Amino acid sequence: MAQYTLRINGVEHQIDAMPDMPLLWVLRDVLDMKGTKFGCGKALCGACTVHFDGVATRSCSLPVSAVQSAEITTIEGLSENGDHPLQKAWAEHVVPQCGYCQTGQIMSAAALLRENPSPSDEEIDSAMQGNLCRCGTYNRIKTAIRTASEK
Amino acid sequence: MKSSVLKSPEKDKETTIIYKPGRRDFLKLGSLAATGLILGVNFSCSDRKKGGEITELRSGAYLTITSDGKVIITAHRSEMGQGVRTSLPLIVADELGADWEKAEIVQAEGDEEKYGNQNTDGSFSVRMFYKPMREAGATAKLLLIRAAAGKWEVDESECDTDNGKVIHKSSGKSAGFGELVDLAAALPLPKPEEITLKDPSEFKIIGKDTPIIDLQDIVTGKAVYGIDAKVPGMKIAVIQRCPVVGGKVKSVNDKAALAIEGVLQVHTIEGAGIPPQLHKPLSGVAVIAENTWAAIRGRKALEIEWDLGPNAGYDSDKQQQELLEKTKEKGTVRRQRGDFDKTLKNASKVIEKTYLAPFYAHGTIEPPAALARVKDGKCEIWAPSQHPQWARDSVADALGMDVKDVSVNVTLIGGGFGRKSKPDFIVEAALLSQKSGFPVKIQWTREDDIQHDFYHAQSAQRIRAVIDKDNKVSGWNHHSTFPSISSTSDAGAVQPSDGEMRLGCVDFPYDVPSVRIETHDAKAHVRIGWLRSVSNIHHVFAAGSMLDEIAEARQMDPVANVLDMLGEDRSITFNEEMPQGEYDNYGENIKDYPWETGRLRQVIERVAEKSGWGREMPEGRALGFAAHRSFLTYVACVVEVAIDDRNHITIPNVYYALDCGQAVNTDRIRSQFEGGGQFAASLALNSAVTVKDGQVVQDNFDTYQIVRMPQAPQKIHVDIVESDAKPTGVGEPPEPPFIPALCNAIYRITGKRVHKLPVDLEA
Ligand code: FES
Ligand code: FES
Repeated sequence: MAQYTLRINGVEHQIDAMPDMPLLWVLRDVLDMKGTKFGCGKALCGACTVHFDGVATRSCSLPVSAVQSAEITTIEGLSENGDHPLQKAWAEHVVPQCGYCQTGQIMSAAALLRENPSPSDEEIDSAMQGNLCRCGTYNRIKTAIRTASEK
Repeated sequence: MKSSVLKSPEKDKETTIIYKPGRRDFLKLGSLAATGLILGVNFSCSDRKKGGEITELRSGAYLTITSDGKVIITAHRSEMGQGVRTSLPLIVADELGADWEKAEIVQAEGDEEKYGNQNTDGSFSVRMFYKPMREAGATAKLLLIRAAAGKWEVDESECDTDNGKVIHKSSGKSAGFGELVDLAAALPLPKPEEITLKDPSEFKIIGKDTPIIDLQDIVTGKAVYGIDAKVPGMKIAVIQRCPVVGGKVKSVNDKAALAIEGVLQVHTIEGAGIPPQLHKPLSGVAVIAENTWAAIRGRKALEIEWDLGPNAGYDSDKQQQELLEKTKEKGTVRRQRGDFDKTLKNASKVIEKTYLAPFYAHGTIEPPAALARVKDGKCEIWAPSQHPQWARDSVADALGMDVKDVSVNVTLIGGGFGRKSKPDFIVEAALLSQKSGFPVKIQWTREDDIQHDFYHAQSAQRIRAVIDKDNKVSGWNHHSTFPSISSTSDAGAVQPSDGEMRLGCVDFPYDVPSVRIETHDAKAHVRIGWLRSVSNIHHVFAAGSMLDEIAEARQMDPVANVLDMLGEDRSITFNEEMPQGEYDNYGENIKDYPWETGRLRQVIERVAEKSGWGREMPEGRALGFAAHRSFLTYVACVVEVAIDDRNHITIPNVYYALDCGQAVNTDRIRSQFEGGGQFAASLALNSAVTVKDGQVVQDNFDTYQIVRMPQAPQKIHVDIVESDAKPTGVGEPPEPPFIPALCNAIYRITGKRVHKLPVDLEA
């Protein structure tokens, strides 16, 4: 075990963890922040997406020892009242089905719009291809991203 | 089989009994306020003993109206993305005239004695509960109106409800439900014949777009799934399961595992052996640790010697070829009309084609996970269960407890598709909690999920179609062979069950004078289970592809061919043609839900119109068509495919027309069709599980692929037929016709027929 200081959603957390423990399990098991989901553990599904200094990152494949002083944002910290333009667009288009993949989808989309406020369809495809949705909400995700990007 | 999509939900829907719960019920209601107007709704859908008498009355849901005007509805079915936590309550709210914005939904625990059937499977929630939900709402409405009319000294026929108020129509006087509940609660319950249901034209919520109630929780990460369940002192377990089904642990060296920081205990789990069962764990070794990561690391450090058992030599590709060979032989006849052999003699053309489809895994993005706390002779479960009562029974059985001492709390389900009906993973958590003394959450990794699933069965089929001298289709002979779901609980079951055969095979609805459906033996060497739309997947791939070949042979347009083969509009039953029993019509009496070819014709005509069927397509693009009735819902589908010169497939458009009777939540119907189309695209284009040396080859989303956004169908257009026929399900019906429609479009572009899934253009 080793001690780490993590900056998550603007708050500093002191934690004890094995150095190779992925940030995902630190969030979920140590800090009890359950909005970030586990889907594959191999950076193949995107359910665990968080922002690492603003960049969409698969927390399942990021050892806590590699986080260092980076600013981590999770779905819990994306907006104060659940009113990020993407969260609003998600609600407007009733995107989720089971909902399980959706926090990861929203985090990937938020990182995309930060970089590129009005992405083309192809740019949306390529930014979102790492996020799987077994329920098949892809069409609505795309529509919601377009709605949010127009605002 | 204990219960599944294949077993009909036995029920007597003609009786709904609304009653006022007694004090004991209030106590059981727990968090619900025990003041205000509370109605229990008895669906009488309890299992019927042979002979038909209902054994026990059961309450299906509670409707509570509190004195501050809140309408609280218990949702007793499991939510997995189909929107049932929204769709059933909105039915109550509409009949009641409630303010939907103020309705609150409480999830019921698993208790079929109390709530009636909770097995959320088979696309039947809305179908089964539409009427009782309406009656519950209408009963409460009448009580509130009576209370108001008494207070105002007016005739109750002059009053109505709207938006959470009772209104006196002529004077405009109104009172909120909250003000009236005490008066209403004191009134005797109305007699059933006093209840009038709304005319569909008066619906305010039913038949419209209603957003799902969990929307905000989901987009903010607050929604609680099985994987998120937590109680104080909880530990995490992962299990190394025997790589071959039917194998077992010979010896374990757990020294290195126990040396890892955070690892607490190691336990051997005994599997059911062969048959593996649907509700029992596989043989394996469990590591219990302080957190998930320590458990995963501990598992890696285990040294296990396995006795791999009799399935260790199994090779799925080899079996599929053997099954295909068998389809050349005479099989067990499952349906017979006319004399196919005679028809063959008078043939002008015979088309004979074969179809292969692989094993599929469910791949729910939330892998199986469940929490159990065994303490003081009781067991409490939190789980993403599609079938909480089965989980409860199975846990009680495994722990040697009375069912009454086991309770199951149902969380949101992060994707179900049939996987989370099976309670094996919940039993694992319960056993480990009992063995360790801790509350234990079992966590499956993705590798566990892909490698130890209950797979959709691989199959081999052969269809022979006969065209006579008048260019009419005169014969249809369909051979189907695949390991049955029954094999998972009965090692002797080697033939597809009637339940599986009625899914797209024996229910061939076309007006062809000779039909012979045959099956062959197929042994299972992995766990077989049901996956969204079940055997319809492979059956309709075959039948829908063959219909397209027939069109070509007859030199007819594929849509015109199918309409011609459907013949005159009529209601059909298949009973007299089925030697082994009757056609079970998805568990519904064929009189209540007739098989009407006219409804299939209508959706076909609509999809042809909406898709611009027959329009000129640019080079490298084509439309393909197929239609099918499943789960009592009629669906026609046109898929537009584009293939570039690097053989890259895209799907610019999918057109669906469907008839599911009365639509309840049009938004969720569309979303189920959008999702069903995407799900089917994965089955057709990406996914396959294969087995070598008894062990599943694929293990994560790199080797077991599902569609990603760039490959996903780009637009899915959903056209819902307006109808006030009894509502039917929409979760599974989108899938079956999509696959052959896609394959038929591919043929039109490439000139090559698809005979094997997933599609491989290079093959
Ligand atoms: S859990 Fe991290 S990408 Fe799947
Ligand atoms: S909404 Fe269920 S996996 Fe995406």
